[in-house]
Amino acid sequence: MSAALAWLLDPLEYAFMARGLVAALIVGVTCPILGTYVVLRGMAFLGDALAHIMLPGVVIAFLLGWPLPLGALVVGVAAALSIGALTRGRRIREDAAIGVVFAGAFALGIALLSLQRSYAVDLAHILFGNLLGVSNADLVLAGGLGLMVVLVVAAFYKEFLVLSFDPVLATTLRLPVGFLQNLLLVLIALVIVASIQAVGVALVLAMLVTPASAAYLLARRLPMMMALASGIGALSGIIGLYLSFYWNIASGPAIVLVETALFLLIFLLAPGRGAFAAWARRRETGVAN
Amino acid sequence: MAELLTRPVTHDRSLLPLQVQDLTVRYDGTTALQALTFRLAAGARVAVVGPNGAGKTTLLKVLAGAMRPSSGSVAVYGHKPGGHVCIAYVPQRSQVDWVFPVTVAEVVMMGRIRRIGLFRFPRRADWGVVDRALERIGMAPHKGMRIGELSGGQQQRVFLAQALAQEAELILLDEPLTGLDLPSQEAIFSLLDELKEQGIPVMVATHDLNLAAERFDPILLINRRLVAIGPARAVLTREHLKETYGDHIHLLPETEGMLVLTDTCCEGGEEGG
Repeated sequence: MSAALAWLLDPLEYAFMARGLVAALIVGVTCPILGTYVVLRGMAFLGDALAHIMLPGVVIAFLLGWPLPLGALVVGVAAALSIGALTRGRRIREDAAIGVVFAGAFALGIALLSLQRSYAVDLAHILFGNLLGVSNADLVLAGGLGLMVVLVVAAFYKEFLVLSFDPVLATTLRLPVGFLQNLLLVLIALVIVASIQAVGVALVLAMLVTPASAAYLLARRLPMMMALASGIGALSGIIGLYLSFYWNIASGPAIVLVETALFLLIFLLAPGRGAFAAWARRRETGVAN
Repeated sequence: MAELLTRPVTHDRSLLPLQVQDLTVRYDGTTALQALTFRLAAGARVAVVGPNGAGKTTLLKVLAGAMRPSSGSVAVYGHKPGGHVCIAYVPQRSQVDWVFPVTVAEVVMMGRIRRIGLFRFPRRADWGVVDRALERIGMAPHKGMRIGELSGGQQQRVFLAQALAQEAELILLDEPLTGLDLPSQEAIFSLLDELKEQGIPVMVATHDLNLAAERFDPILLINRRLVAIGPARAVLTREHLKETYGDHIHLLPETEGMLVLTDTCCEGGEEGG
């Protein structure tokens, strides 16, 4: 018992591990809540693009010595609003427009970063996160953003529910559909910003999509889906961080791998909607016939 | 944001529920509706009939305020559709995301969110309204189920309950009767009878000419423009039907009335029209 406890507690004596754990929990809880909307509304590509678009903002902040999330914040909110504007006009197809902006911004970020001598290490941290390099200021910022996002989701819960389930009903009820859509994009941008330090630009998508997809297979109602997704996200954060510590794996990928493993487990075994349950049903009806 | 804070229009029930004047809708370079003019009295139960691509869905969406007319005007109880929250529009079943994690009672509650208001959660009185709406349409026993678990007819009834919970004063239903089981059809028609008594007009888009003739009055026959409006006997004439359906209809003379066969079908193709 004491050995197991020591195994759990020893790493936390390092301040960077304790901070990393708090950061992993903040990201693990908040990202999947917004991820629920990303999954239900089929916005996975948009979420991924949004994360990559933030790269130049992060790089500029890095070069100027500002906190990284600040640069991401500015670029992310601007990108969220401009994607909203792009998708309203119908001159080119939505996914193509997003792809153009996404790749262009990403290239700009890498080009800026390549001017630096420490290019490779910096790029790896920005792309895949560096949970163990989280500062107290980063924690305060991520915690503040996370709390704000959760409060806004709670405040607009009914409206977001209708917007996601039935946009035409949202229109006939005279909800401000454009405003709500932009608000949702900005909230997604904010949780991505809060997560960049932990899992990096390239892997944020997993925080948004993977726990929410697993929860989707288990939940009957949206609040339950959000709660389960947050639980899976937080658990993955903790397990991933310990794996990272003991096996010396990069922390961002470790967390994402745990999430992916949990997703696969639920995909196979979920009661009613899992692959195994579907197989059992087919088999049963096959026998009955 | 401003829309959430302003009070929606309240209705003067002494005014005509619906007045449509020279309504024209164009999009993507085609004319979906051309100069429609008609009016509805309180309690009217209208069947909107026409072939695929006749503009039935477009008409309902414009009346609901979900699409803007290119020219002409729509007045619902004397006001433009844009200000109302008392118009209920129930889309075709194929337009709904049935795998969404949401229960029957929650879908019905969605009709009330403007009445509940911003930053508030449903109160006991609101759940009471939801329960009564579900009872009226015979769906009370299913209120805790996920909508994806219901049959097609039950799903359609849930959306009608949503319109009731919304306390709608003009109800627009897009193909609600296509492929429904008999109990659901009967539940819907008995509700339509109640709504008629309350003076709430209901417009139903349908492909089913027989059903339209038997259970609706007036009938609105359209094919991008208004062919005829009035009681079945006056509207469903050989000339009008030929004009509406062209070659896609076969009229067989019968001793009593007329037998009509159309080769238009039920699902899809409506979105563009």
